[in-house]
Amino acid sequence: MDTGNAMQRTSGSQPKSARTVLSGDDIDRALTRIAHEIIEANKGVQDLVLLGIPRRGFPLAQRIAQRIASAEPGTDPAAIVGQLDITMYRDDLRHSTARTPSPTNLPAGGIDGKVVVLVDDVLYSGRTIRAALDAIADLGRPRIVRLAVLVDRGHRELPIRADHVGKNLPTATSEKVRVRLGEVDTANGLPLNEVAIEGQA
Amino acid sequence: MKHLLSTLDLSRDDAIRILDIAEEMAAVGTREVKKLPALRGRTVVNLFFEDSTRTRISFEAAAKRLSADVINFAAKGSSVSKGESLKDTAQTLQAIGADAVVIRHWASGAPARLAATDWIDAPVVNAGDGTHEHPTQALLDAFTLRRHWARARGTGSLGTDLAGLKVAIVGDILHSRVARSNLWLLRTLGAEVTMVAPPTLLPVAAGSWPCTINYDLDDALAAGPDAVMMLRVQAERMNAAFFPNAREYSRRWGFDDARLAALDAHGLAETLILHPGPMNRGLEISSGAADSSRSAVLDQVSNGVAVRMAVLYLLLSGDQQRTANETQG
Repeated sequence: MDTGNAMQRTSGSQPKSARTVLSGDDIDRALTRIAHEIIEANKGVQDLVLLGIPRRGFPLAQRIAQRIASAEPGTDPAAIVGQLDITMYRDDLRHSTARTPSPTNLPAGGIDGKVVVLVDDVLYSGRTIRAALDAIADLGRPRIVRLAVLVDRGHRELPIRADHVGKNLPTATSEKVRVRLGEVDTANGLPLNEVAIEGQA
Repeated sequence: MKHLLSTLDLSRDDAIRILDIAEEMAAVGTREVKKLPALRGRTVVNLFFEDSTRTRISFEAAAKRLSADVINFAAKGSSVSKGESLKDTAQTLQAIGADAVVIRHWASGAPARLAATDWIDAPVVNAGDGTHEHPTQALLDAFTLRRHWARARGTGSLGTDLAGLKVAIVGDILHSRVARSNLWLLRTLGAEVTMVAPPTLLPVAAGSWPCTINYDLDDALAAGPDAVMMLRVQAERMNAAFFPNAREYSRRWGFDDARLAALDAHGLAETLILHPGPMNRGLEISSGAADSSRSAVLDQVSNGVAVRMAVLYLLLSGDQQRTANETQG
């Protein structure tokens, strides 16, 4: 939910300079790989919690949890997924428009002593993740915090890196990376899954 | 939204936005660390020219949960008792660097005056002015009603209004800013309002208000309200003989144990009893009713903190700075 894609809801028409860089199938394959990387890094699903950052990090976390559950039978995907809202922890509250926060829902087991994997769609400046780390500190004390993102577009402004990346996308700061997921985005009434780069229109 | 002075000019979208944000703020109150960093480094001044327990503590808790610094000002024991004017007090606050002013005043319109003049730039929140308005009380009542009825119907409350809800507001309507603020907000959110009071405690203008008026509480309860809001009999504003004596008032317009039983008899299992506090137990509400499972009095208090957090968050983040920049060009 980094700057750029957060305000975008649904749009049927795209500016001419938009190009699709990941199709729905590409997204699926990237998430499958990330799911297996997470299991491998964690040596199983012990103590694993996936926290999605609204808006599109949460459906991504759900999709990854589904894949983890199918790779490791006996795992309940709903029991390891949560949503972490970071609105109140942003460092630009004074200057951007007031945002309506989304709910924060933690899995029943909480996050104390757990291995928390933060999930977001685009990693850009790193400020969202900084805010997420602060939000986590107010909610509990995980044993480990890791970061999984669908797209890393570079241009970091803070010393933050992702542990699991779906796709590294070199971009210019003038471009916008739009992630569209069928759970929240539609085009012509149909769910839309893609990652597109839009030039400055 | 630059100030919150009244619910009369609050749009439906703004009202629902405040209630939705309050929903997330309420969740913070249940966490181990009951604090958000959203207003770190901002100063909120509680300017209270009139006595208050609930509202002042509630605003203080709300500001502190958002990490703002709080300055409490009570007219008693301040230079106001030496004759300092509202203007000079406001300019003092401006010089100290207040980022928001929460004001309660015995004079109707004092917050609007503060907001309209250039005495102070900060957003102004009306925390009750004379017999005019008390918008955050109406918002917390609406929040309490919305939550209760969403739960009773088994639906989610986010984004919803109060369409079709029947609310009876009972008691001293004449002096009540709570009744006025509630009327406007409940109407905006789609609820139907019935005012129940002795004719002497209804303002002359009540005939033109968008509500029905009933002089008989038993009759109003038989109509099956979804919530009954009891108002405090404001002894400090009773400067004329509005009713013969307290016992007669209590018998005819007080919510006593018999009327509590009547709710069950009418089959109103989910009807809530609200009271903005402070309660005159035995006068407008019996202890049996105030402590019953229908009573939402303590929910109102805890919801008040969440609603005030939402209001302070909205007034102090983003929007306001942005409009200021835009007007500067």
